[in-house]
Amino acid sequence: MTIDMSQFYQVFFDETDEHLSEMESLLLELDVDQPDLEKLNAIFRAAHSIKGGAGTFGFTDMARVTHVLETLLDRLRKQELKPAVEMVDAFLEAGDVLRAQLEAHRAGGEYQDERIEQVCQRLEALTAGEPPPAADMHAAAPDSDHPEPSVEGTGWRIQFDPVAAGIAEADTLNALADGVAELGRLQRVDEATGRPYRWELVTDTQVPAERILEVFDFVCDTHHIRLEPLPASGASVAADPGYGLFDAAPGTPADTGPDPGYGLFEDAPGAAGADVAESAMARDAAAQEAGYGFFAAAPGSPDPSGEVQEGEGYGLFSDAPGSEQVHARAEQDRAETAQGYGLFDPSPGYPGAAREPEGNHGDPDVHPHPPPEAGKNADTGAAAGNAPPPGGGQERRQGSGRPPRKPGGGDSSIRVSVEKVDQLINLVGELVITHAMLAESASRLDPVAHENIFNGLSNLERNSRDLQQAVMSIRMMPISFVFNRFPRVVRDTAASLKKKVRLKLVGEDTELDKGLIERLADPLNHLVRNSIDHGIEAPEKRRAAGKSETGEITLRASHQGGNIVVEVADDGGGLNRDKLLAKATERGVSVSENPSDKEIWQLIFAPGFSTADQVTDISGRGVGMDVVRRNIEQMNGRVDIDSAPGEGTRITIRLPLTLAILDGMSVRLGEEIFILPLTAIRESIQPRPEQLKTVSGQGRVLQVGDEYLPLILLQEVFDLGSPAQRIEDSIIVLVDTGQGRAALVVDELLAQQQVVIKSLETNYRKVEGVSGATILGDGRVALILDVDELLRLSHRTVRPRPSTTA
Amino acid sequence: MAKSILTVDDSASIRQMVSFTLKGAGYSVTEAVDGQDGLEKARSGSFNLIFTDQNMPRKDGLTLIKELRNLPQYRSVPILMLTTESSEAMKSQGRSAGATGWLVKPFDPQKLLEVVRKVIG
Amino acid sequence: MTEELKERAAVNTDDSREYLTFTLGEEEYGIDILNVQEIRGYDAVTKIANAPDFIKGVINMRGVIVPIIDMRLKFNLGEVEYNQFTVVIILNVTGRVIGMVVDGVSDVVALRREQIRPAPEFGAVLDTDYIEGLATLDERMVIVVDIERLMSSNEMGLVDQVQQQQSV
Repeated sequence: MTIDMSQFYQVFFDETDEHLSEMESLLLELDVDQPDLEKLNAIFRAAHSIKGGAGTFGFTDMARVTHVLETLLDRLRKQELKPAVEMVDAFLEAGDVLRAQLEAHRAGGEYQDERIEQVCQRLEALTAGEPPPAADMHAAAPDSDHPEPSVEGTGWRIQFDPVAAGIAEADTLNALADGVAELGRLQRVDEATGRPYRWELVTDTQVPAERILEVFDFVCDTHHIRLEPLPASGASVAADPGYGLFDAAPGTPADTGPDPGYGLFEDAPGAAGADVAESAMARDAAAQEAGYGFFAAAPGSPDPSGEVQEGEGYGLFSDAPGSEQVHARAEQDRAETAQGYGLFDPSPGYPGAAREPEGNHGDPDVHPHPPPEAGKNADTGAAAGNAPPPGGGQERRQGSGRPPRKPGGGDSSIRVSVEKVDQLINLVGELVITHAMLAESASRLDPVAHENIFNGLSNLERNSRDLQQAVMSIRMMPISFVFNRFPRVVRDTAASLKKKVRLKLVGEDTELDKGLIERLADPLNHLVRNSIDHGIEAPEKRRAAGKSETGEITLRASHQGGNIVVEVADDGGGLNRDKLLAKATERGVSVSENPSDKEIWQLIFAPGFSTADQVTDISGRGVGMDVVRRNIEQMNGRVDIDSAPGEGTRITIRLPLTLAILDGMSVRLGEEIFILPLTAIRESIQPRPEQLKTVSGQGRVLQVGDEYLPLILLQEVFDLGSPAQRIEDSIIVLVDTGQGRAALVVDELLAQQQVVIKSLETNYRKVEGVSGATILGDGRVALILDVDELLRLSHRTVRPRPSTTA
Repeated sequence: MAKSILTVDDSASIRQMVSFTLKGAGYSVTEAVDGQDGLEKARSGSFNLIFTDQNMPRKDGLTLIKELRNLPQYRSVPILMLTTESSEAMKSQGRSAGATGWLVKPFDPQKLLEVVRKVIG
Repeated sequence: MTEELKERAAVNTDDSREYLTFTLGEEEYGIDILNVQEIRGYDAVTKIANAPDFIKGVINMRGVIVPIIDMRLKFNLGEVEYNQFTVVIILNVTGRVIGMVVDGVSDVVALRREQIRPAPEFGAVLDTDYIEGLATLDERMVIVVDIERLMSSNEMGLVDQVQQQQSV
């Protein structure tokens, strides 16, 4: 039976993605001074799961990184090492590398970068860096969840079969031994008793497995080399009664066979050392009979160099619960194999041994599924790694295409492509429009005579609205998808600026449209960085101001009416009115007389308000803030700022829940109907003649209070040609734009309505001054106005200079 | 009737691989996403063989094995640990928890089938 | 350029293909029927700001916003009228849906490759760049147009490219 492993790749990619995100957020939450064991365990588990999957599905590069990652994490969770900030840094870096590797595999390639090796080395150095005192280890072990023996090697046991590894010449062997001996004191333990050879290398300091493998790599394929750390001393292992069991193993030939791929595990639980020794011998005898080794891994050794020794294997405890059935089966299968386990007490669990010769397992050097490479081997893996998928058995390559994934039995959700959901949303939008058209036609009918039609229509309306909401909700995702990146952003930004910042997330469950989430990430990133850079003061300054040294940034999301509100608040120095005004003068940005605070704060969003000058603590705030504002407005949202000197700044983003629907006001201009986003509208007025002024006899402005607002005349901007109504008879809508307020002249306000946004670009192209289109109840198309662009366009046609008339 | 197997693993990809392989070989397979889920599914069903991962949220494999062994109906059902940890210590813990055996990750479908056939036929 | 096109046309039109023919002023044009999605009457359009005059505006076609181009304006064919006989050919051109106003649709004809002759430089209203060749049908000359090439050209201003206002 061959199985196409590639069918599971997608699931692996997705879950790995989740594990990486989880790992990152846990790491960021981790308090290195008082590490939470639960968290460490969860981080370990994530790394561990990735490693398991990566190994199984043949992504050896990821298996390698997760292996070194896991090794260090394992020591942390067992409290053999104390967490340090450098470790968290290295873990985060490893997470980044893994993500890059994951993305490369998703695309069918393999990520190759020196970062991989660097982060592995960094992790290995950290793993080896701080050997804990022996007493600590033993004290810690019983408390940890997994009281495994903490045997720390001061050397390595090297096992290899010279024939399989292709080291036939004695000279080569000696040269190899010399090479290894350079790393420490080498004992060639038993070359006499047959293969595999076993050497022991005792070193004063920790030597990473890779160093040894490097030596071997010169002469042979390191696949055949097994490394395991030597126990620090026999006594320390023996002192731990739980593991005394394995103490007998070193030195006995039983445990030295190269991993055949699997083995049976025979001895009784809790057996005394003697029994173990005996059964070990018995196993050995049986092993030779059967032609393969028994132990998949050496006794008592924590996995030192990883995949090299971590072969595929399994075992059955002969006397364990459940094994009776195994035994029964075995006897049923072949009673004649009884001699294979007659030696053991009670031994029937052994059936596989006799059956094995049919399979590959007879030859210890046959690796039907080579274990993932480790250490130096990764190079060979990388060299061959251009053909996706890397590594892996034959059955993986036989698969053609990727069958649709089967959701797991435990899954209560399904993954659907966004495209399908969007198609649904479009169709529902059509339904809503169709209803509106029907309703309009029906409005000419007599309601009494056609009661049924009207009832039907109102049912249709209700159902299609409900349907619309339900379908929209499919696209909704919690904002945590974007919030979750910020612990990392805050950590990195604060660290680079040498500031202390704590991030508070509120309302992460708030849902909004997936499309918005993606587009919100960049602006929020900008705002958060800005808050750290220019809002939060340096620790000394904060202390001097009587504040806590650690600043706080709050990201808060909530629903308010049909909108989602996202706040970025800091408890920093706040914006400085005078500095901003001075800056405005310097940059030639127009400001009205006696501007309100709000108006001044909005200055930071003015294009080019602040660019290069980063000297003062506010100047940099302007960097790219106009882009932030623009981005938000493209999502039909708006940005507001509140700030108080010494107390901080709060930037509030208001967005519609979805990109597909807009709250708008339909306005008439001549024959044309346009939609004006409600978020842009401040108020509408009927102008008095004396409010209208001209500047330089040309540009027209509207005086509102102390302000002179530029007039946007759509007839001119859009070149509509229809004779414009007298402005005095028109309605003026005061709108907020990126460059301050403006006055848009329309003939009539028609109705406030929700409209389904349609793209003009699907079949046409971008139209200046217009952000999209929608379909009105009568089936006609109406364009949705973009006030920012309109103001820009109207500058192009007239050029009013609003503030110079004062 | 097909022999039924419960596979307990928090990794969906491994779980699916195991499940797919075993189903392809004619076994009836139930998946559980962690130790707790495994225990609940084991309680409400009846299985001839249980595979369990070790490192899982909510309840790890060793705990699951211990708890299963306390249930009369699972006192003698074969339970195999699926684990990336191949150390003897892990095995000895598995054994004292009541595991029937172990299978080291990464493993391939053939190996899995071989073990399953050996254990329950 | 033109040579290459003619060659391309010659190679591509193996055996016979079906063409929708329509009239523009005095001339008859043919386009590959595979690009034609449907034919409909002329509805009121929504004007688009600052567009060249041959882009009449956009219409709603079952929820999709479709731009409407009047080829008669594009090619300066004098007075144009919009009445119940005015026809809009809805084209599907490289994934985009575009409506094209013409004087009338004549026929669907099958043309074999050898029936389409290379076009000499001549005074068609259309730039020869977009002409695949000329075919003769019952004494009438049909100008076979590469509609995809024409519609995605810069000069039509239908797609965001280097913005080009009215080129006529």
